[in-house]
This record gives sequence, C-alpha cells and structure tokens, in this order.
Amino acid sequence: MKIQVLIKVEDYVKWIIFAGMSLTKQLKALLLKEVVLEWRSRFALNGILLYVVSTIFVCYLSFRVVAPLTWNALFWIIMLFASVNAVAKSFVQESRGRQLYLYSIASPKAIILSKIIYNILLMLLLSIMAIFFYSLVFKNPLGDPLLYLCSILLGSISFAVVFTLIAGIAAKANNSGTLMAILSFPVIIPLLMLLIKLSKNAMDGLDRTVSYDEIGVLSLINVMVIAVSLLLFPYIWRD
Amino acid sequence: MRRNWWKILASLLLIYSIIAGLLLEVPRLPILHETIRNLYFHVPMWFTMIILYLISVIYSIKYLASGDEKHDLLAVEMVNTGIIFGFLGLATGMIWANYTWGAPWPNDPKLNSAAISTLMYLAYVVLRGALDEEQKRARISAVYNIFSFPVMIVLLFILPRMTDSLHPGNGGNPGFNSYDLDSGMRLVFYPAVLAWILVGVWIANLKYRLRLIENNSK
Repeated sequence: MKIQVLIKVEDYVKWIIFAGMSLTKQLKALLLKEVVLEWRSRFALNGILLYVVSTIFVCYLSFRVVAPLTWNALFWIIMLFASVNAVAKSFVQESRGRQLYLYSIASPKAIILSKIIYNILLMLLLSIMAIFFYSLVFKNPLGDPLLYLCSILLGSISFAVVFTLIAGIAAKANNSGTLMAILSFPVIIPLLMLLIKLSKNAMDGLDRTVSYDEIGVLSLINVMVIAVSLLLFPYIWRD
Repeated sequence: MRRNWWKILASLLLIYSIIAGLLLEVPRLPILHETIRNLYFHVPMWFTMIILYLISVIYSIKYLASGDEKHDLLAVEMVNTGIIFGFLGLATGMIWANYTWGAPWPNDPKLNSAAISTLMYLAYVVLRGALDEEQKRARISAVYNIFSFPVMIVLLFILPRMTDSLHPGNGGNPGFNSYDLDSGMRLVFYPAVLAWILVGVWIANLKYRLRLIENNSK
C-alpha cells in the first residue's frame, strides 16, 4: 500500500521496472529525476543564482577597484561559498520516505554518480553565470581567456565532485550547515590552491605548457575522489 | 612480559635518543648550527602522526567491513593521539623556524599544508561529536577518515613539492639525508623515529583500553 502511494508520487520515471535496469539506465532515470525535482522547486535554483549575483555585488560595492591578484582570489572565494551552498542541499532536499524508496530500488553507485553528474551540471551553470557577471562589474584584462575558462570548468567539476560526498556525510548529521563547511574546507583547500595558481597563470597569459602540471594533478585528484566516492557511498547510504 | 617487550624497547630508545640527541657531536653547518638537533625531535613527530593516521585508516576500513565496535574505537583513538603528535610537530617546527628563518610562521606551503591537515582531523573529531547514534557515528566517521587520508598525503607530500618552499626537502631545497645527515646523525635519528612511533602506538593503545573499560562499565 505504502509503496503504491510512493510510486504515485514518483510517477515521472518508470519506477516499476527500475530494479532490473542496468547501471546506465538507472543513471539516466535518476538524472532525469534530479532535473525534474530541481525544476519543480525552481526557487532553490533561483535562490542560489541570486546568492552569487548579490555576493558579487556586495564585493563590488565594498571593493570598487581591485588589483589583479585580489580579483582572481576573490572570484574563487565567491565560488567556494556559492558551491558549498549549492551542493549542500543535494541530499537534504530529499524526504526520508523518498530516500527509503530509492534505497530499495536503485543501486547506491547509480545514486552517487547521478548526484555527482547533476552537481557538475549545476556548478557549470553557476560558474559560467558568475564569471559573466563578475567580469561585467570588475574590469580585469585576461591574458589567456580560453585557459581561464578552462580553469573555471575544471574548478566547478572539482567543487561538485568533492562536495557531493561531503554533502552526503553532512546530511547524516543534523546541523549540516556548519558541518558541511568544516568538513569540506580543509579537503577543498589543496584543490583551491591549484585552481588559483592555474587561473593566475591564465590571467598572466603565461605559456600553456607551464600549466600542464596543475591541470594534470587536478584531473588526477578528481578521478581519485570519484573512485573513493563510489567505494564509500554505499556505507553512507545504508541506514 | 613477552608481550610488552616493545614498550621497554620504546622507553630505552627514547631515553637514548634524547640523551644522545642533545649531547652527541653534530656537523657544524652555516645558519643551522646547533638547531640541527631539532631533526631528532621534529621529524619523528610527523612520522608518528602519519603512522598513527595510517593505522586509523586501516581500522576504519576494517570497521566498514566488519561492523565491530572495537575497530571503530581503535580508529578514533589513533586519530586522537595523532592530532597530539601533529600539534607537537607544529610546535617543534615553529621553535626551530624562529631561530633559523627568523619567524615562527613564515608563509610557507609546507607549514600551511600541515596546518590544514590538522584542521581536517579536528573536523573528524567534530563530526563524531555531531552524530549521536553510535553505529551511524562509527560508519560515517570511518567514511570521512578514509576520504581525508589521501587528501592529507596530497597536502603534505605533493603540493609543497610543486611550489617554492623553504622547508628542507621541498621546492629544490635538499632533503635532510643529502647533505647534513652524516652517519653519526643516522645513529640517533633512526632510533628516535622508531622510539616515537612506538610511544605513539603505546599511548593510543592505552587510550583505547581505557575506552573499552568505560564502555563495559556503562
């Protein structure tokens, strides 16, 4: 009876044959679920976009003009706080009933992968919008705009990948706002330092071969974190 | 007695390394002078911390596989002791830096990385405090522990090597064994490392047994 009610709630994806699906099919369905859910509660998405824009505007009003070095660092700090807020809600927004239902029907690997992919998409949207608005109010010449954009894309992927697992951990404890910050900041700092260095290289228009080191280490860390997330998430998920 | 031989070994080695470390002849090098003796105390602290964190990760993995509460207790006490050694490592390093570099905390990647990794393990302690239910606390904190260990390795061993650093062994600076560690210093340094690692494990072991008694009397 109870399951029937839940299926009714979730009827936008064909749940009944879900358990027999392959991982890729589950992934597709779960991703669709995430997007539909986000679209249903648009205020959350709009809220996070507005959060970035107003933070940038606050910085603009308080700084007026910034030196190139500060320009770069400030951008990444804004992105850090925005992404913590954006990703933190990814596990909290699901009701307990729905989580139980998903637990019984989908594999944890598919769930964490769908969350990671969804968060990457969200972060890409967020960071593209942020850099557009940020460079609109703060004028700063970029030496190598393409590489800077590349560092932003790499940055949003790194933020999404690292914060997704931490959000899963923090969601299990009740005061997840503070916990999310203290758990994720030390973990993200090495990535953030690499990103700031990479984007500084791009800003100064250095030769691209100089930056290969950073790009390589960042990609390696991301792959490593995804692998660890896949291994560990089943233990967080089991309640 | 047969099971406790390593504790006696730890005490003897520790006494030897402190006495020999302070009294034996050391090479006279510019800038370093007598502060080179800090090698016997500062470096073993970090080695001990890393070994304790490593043991903790192993027990966290064991906990996830078995669900045995003892493994969780061992993991947490290893981290608690490791944090103490981390602070001791920071303190000895700061005293040394004050005399050789002129400031206790120059803005150096190796130092910042060490501070961040300490923050990460303090976050682990806070996470444990935030979770009430025992099995859930053990499971979730084990996951965070396993997750943060590779990050600590990146922080302490990969990042400082990518940038310029004053710290010996980083950013083009020669490591301790390439120029200043003559065979005389090795005779003190290796026993000191072994002694501090054994003492660290001993302390963690005592704390773990205390926890067990507390849990049983509840």
